[in-house]
Amino acid sequence: MADSGQFTGDGESSATTSVSEGTAKSNISRRGFLRGAGITAASTALIDGVQLLHREAAAETIKGNAHVRELGPGPVPVTLNVNGTEHVVQIEPRTTLADALRTHLGMTGTKVVCDHGACSGCTVTLDKVPVNSCMTLAIEVGSRRIGTIEGIAQNGQLHPLQVAFVKHDAMQCGFCTPGMVMSCSALLERNPKPTLADVKKAVSGNLCRCATYPKVFAATLEAAGVAPEKSIS
Amino acid sequence: MATHLDTALDPLVQAAAAAAPAKPEKHTVMMPIGVPGYTLRTEAREVPVSEPPVLAVNSELEFIGKPTERWDAHYKVSGQAKYTADIQLPGMLYGRFLNASVPHAKVLSVDVSAAEKYPGVKSVLVIERVLGNAELRDPKLETPSRYPIVRYAGQPIAAVAATSAHIADEAVKLIMVTYEEMPFVTDQLSARKTDSPQVYPGAADQAGSAGGGGGPHGVPQTGNVHGPSINKKGGDIEQGFKDADVIVEGRYVTQVQTHSALETHGVVADWKPGMLTVWASTQGTGSVREEFAQYFKLPKTQVRVITEYMGGGFGAKFGAGNPGVVAAQLSQKAGAPVRLMLDRKEEHLSVGNRPDADQIIRIGAKKDGTLTAIQLESFGTAGCGTGAGCAGPATNMYKYAALHTAENDVFTNGGPAAAFRAPGHPQGAFALEQAIDELAIKLAIEPLDLRDRIDENSVRRVERQVVRESALWKSRNPVAGADSGPVKRGVGMAQSVWYRFISMNSSAEVLVHRDGSLEVRSAVQDLGTGIKTVLAQILAEEYGVPPAKIAVRIGDTNYPVGPDSGGSVTTASLTPAVRDAAWQAKKKFLAEIAPAYGTTADDLQIVKGEVRSKSGKMQPVSFQRAAGKMKVDSVSAQARRIPDYDRSKYETYGGVSVVEVNVDTETGRILIPRVLAVHDCGRPMNPTQVISQINGGTIQGISYTLYEQRHLDPNTGLMVNPNLEQYKIAGSRDIPELQVHLVESYIGQSSTDASGIGEAAGIVAVGAAIGNAFFNATGYRMRRMPMVPSEVLAALGKVPQGGLKA
Repeated sequence: MADSGQFTGDGESSATTSVSEGTAKSNISRRGFLRGAGITAASTALIDGVQLLHREAAAETIKGNAHVRELGPGPVPVTLNVNGTEHVVQIEPRTTLADALRTHLGMTGTKVVCDHGACSGCTVTLDKVPVNSCMTLAIEVGSRRIGTIEGIAQNGQLHPLQVAFVKHDAMQCGFCTPGMVMSCSALLERNPKPTLADVKKAVSGNLCRCATYPKVFAATLEAAGVAPEKSIS
Repeated sequence: MATHLDTALDPLVQAAAAAAPAKPEKHTVMMPIGVPGYTLRTEAREVPVSEPPVLAVNSELEFIGKPTERWDAHYKVSGQAKYTADIQLPGMLYGRFLNASVPHAKVLSVDVSAAEKYPGVKSVLVIERVLGNAELRDPKLETPSRYPIVRYAGQPIAAVAATSAHIADEAVKLIMVTYEEMPFVTDQLSARKTDSPQVYPGAADQAGSAGGGGGPHGVPQTGNVHGPSINKKGGDIEQGFKDADVIVEGRYVTQVQTHSALETHGVVADWKPGMLTVWASTQGTGSVREEFAQYFKLPKTQVRVITEYMGGGFGAKFGAGNPGVVAAQLSQKAGAPVRLMLDRKEEHLSVGNRPDADQIIRIGAKKDGTLTAIQLESFGTAGCGTGAGCAGPATNMYKYAALHTAENDVFTNGGPAAAFRAPGHPQGAFALEQAIDELAIKLAIEPLDLRDRIDENSVRRVERQVVRESALWKSRNPVAGADSGPVKRGVGMAQSVWYRFISMNSSAEVLVHRDGSLEVRSAVQDLGTGIKTVLAQILAEEYGVPPAKIAVRIGDTNYPVGPDSGGSVTTASLTPAVRDAAWQAKKKFLAEIAPAYGTTADDLQIVKGEVRSKSGKMQPVSFQRAAGKMKVDSVSAQARRIPDYDRSKYETYGGVSVVEVNVDTETGRILIPRVLAVHDCGRPMNPTQVISQINGGTIQGISYTLYEQRHLDPNTGLMVNPNLEQYKIAGSRDIPELQVHLVESYIGQSSTDASGIGEAAGIVAVGAAIGNAFFNATGYRMRRMPMVPSEVLAALGKVPQGGLKA
């Protein structure tokens, strides 16, 4: 099964990466966190680096090392800037960003599919960089601006990328669609004139079991004003 | 026809047909028949006088058959579509299963005391009856116990409902299970041996579902081998082979594939006195209600099932299932709604898969290609279920003098299979269509020409002509293995076959409101196939109103009964009922407004969104303005599916897939640059969505053929890749340049003359087409899936079968 064809090892890895790989602001990931702290009911979050701490949370106990603060295991207040609006949520430190969005903020457009960072169904952006929200702890987001599928349309008007998705029927069951839109909109932000190969790379982490990929490619290229490449006849 | 599907669907059809009104008055109408541009003509059909006028071919229509935006697309692209996994109710609890950690065992005790005391836990349940597994014909062969025997690792044993998902996760870990482990077997070849551990101590059978699947009942069983189920057609098989000038024979081996829908199985169950409300990720709201009502002995009036959106099923999502039944019980105990969605691992283990297959096919033919005999013996494992038969293509694709098939299910300690997109057919076609390719080469007849001689299906004949004229087929070098370099290019084709199944459980209501708004209601669910859009198009065509303006209310058993979406039945079954209801509601509407215009309903018609008088008694007015003349708020009509007009004119559906491969004979990698998929599904209602499904079926077929495989560790019985990183499905960089050619065809069977495409779309033929392209590229036959490099190199004779041993 290793002979997949998805991994090409070509320079830039999949555009959707977990925070631990994708940004410099944090050096913990959900996996790393769980490995370090152990999975127990009473697990506490050991956070190295005070810049990650929420203002209110900073009032928590400081033990010994001034750079190590202990949160939890109970809920702590965390401020999340989602689509330009600040929300304060009371969440346990182990809460993923996906869970915070879906369960605590009722923003269910973000989907959890594999819960392992393997399918990109839960893609959101942190300061415009796509990340897997199932692999990102809500408490590690800090002040970064979170972009979700609910924020792509503006004032009730679909984004041109979404319009192109509708036009090209770039969806079937629709469960992967929010993640696809997030990956493709982030691509267009950083590369307004992508090639087909660029689009394929941008969604190389996004799995679609209905296999709507060809239409995702066509929609994204059209939204970018790039003519789809020739088809066979 | 495929026997396993007959048994699954026919009782439904017959029961409904028996209840239909007897002998309606009929008249003769002329209907379009055949393929426009090739074989289009008209034929007479006797149809009930209550039927709407004959629908013209697509080119003459305004909305039906036109590329149409998906009705709910804007909800899906904006994250507003609410799936079962998204439902949050006040006070809702989170359910979680505890699953067996061993593949075969008696459960001696289940201690839930710690879980019950865990803060936040509201109800705990020990499961006393597991759904989905086969059941012993003689239950007395096993000692009675309150705990079901564990037949596979991952079988649910107990469950909790708690105030958060975290608490539920923690609480199930506190449940203590003691097992008396039993010997187990996880691979089909071992399970067939006489000294293998037994999954069941005697003969066992599994029920099917509305999606097909399940296996034959009452067949012989020896050890783990449930079968054979034998089918003979035509003359004597031995005589058939004696009459043959050429015989080809081959053994073809395929693997277990899991459905891997992105939304897992699950429900939200809200048990209140007098009403159980269930949100379900399902392919059949009716099937879910049916199973809940039966299991809990509730009247159907006290079970409501809602499926507004669902994230893929591919055949595995019917009925309440273990998640449904358990969530309802947890809800009843806790007095609060419970959401129980499986996690990804459970989705791989416990709710279905496509059985593997080990087939030996033997075909005899005369020099001119005439088939004298087809013989197929198959073994396949559906885990602790049945339904691994794969003789459908061999039985139904071609004409032959004699057929003999023997299908065997082999029980193993794996999760039970479920119907999966064209059950049995991708496996069966992988063998049949490669054998036919081999035959063509032996007979020195071009593969398309050979099929023209042996395939009586008139639409596939057209499809082969489309293929013959395509640039891709023309680029094929008929000499196999002609490329001199290490990367060899080949082109191959194969055909698919599927059937016209009709569910008579197909009804709809159409309402016309006084403000001119229009509404259609049916309990049917939209799996992402796009039935919502199709229903809107039907009303649009009758009333001249754009589809986006039609209100489509589906996925709720409060509406008229809809078909369960399995076997590609939905479009064929429901669209005629919807058109009939739209037509009848229109007649009621015209009668309602006629007096206001000083005329009668017979004088009025709706043309291009206007109400017009045939006699000129009134100036044309817009439909909306005319609706304002209604004396009541709304008029409505409900209609049900009537039987097909003429079953004697039955034809199968299918298609032809053409694949280009580049085989790297040094690394064993197969790349697929291009695919041409030529398919038919009767009248395409919305070509946009049909093409989406053909893309999907084709790519799912490539994924199955090249990558996917459920790996069960023979030493532990555990699945080693129950995730989406090691269970590899096709991703963006695996996608070929894919061209779909839709062949429109008319058969004169209903008021819409439409059919579904889900099963026939690609997945049946693609594996064999890749196999035939591989032969064309290399001169070697690839008889195993998945075609990973070790298997490719083995087929090329470069490494031993199964890869190099350390």
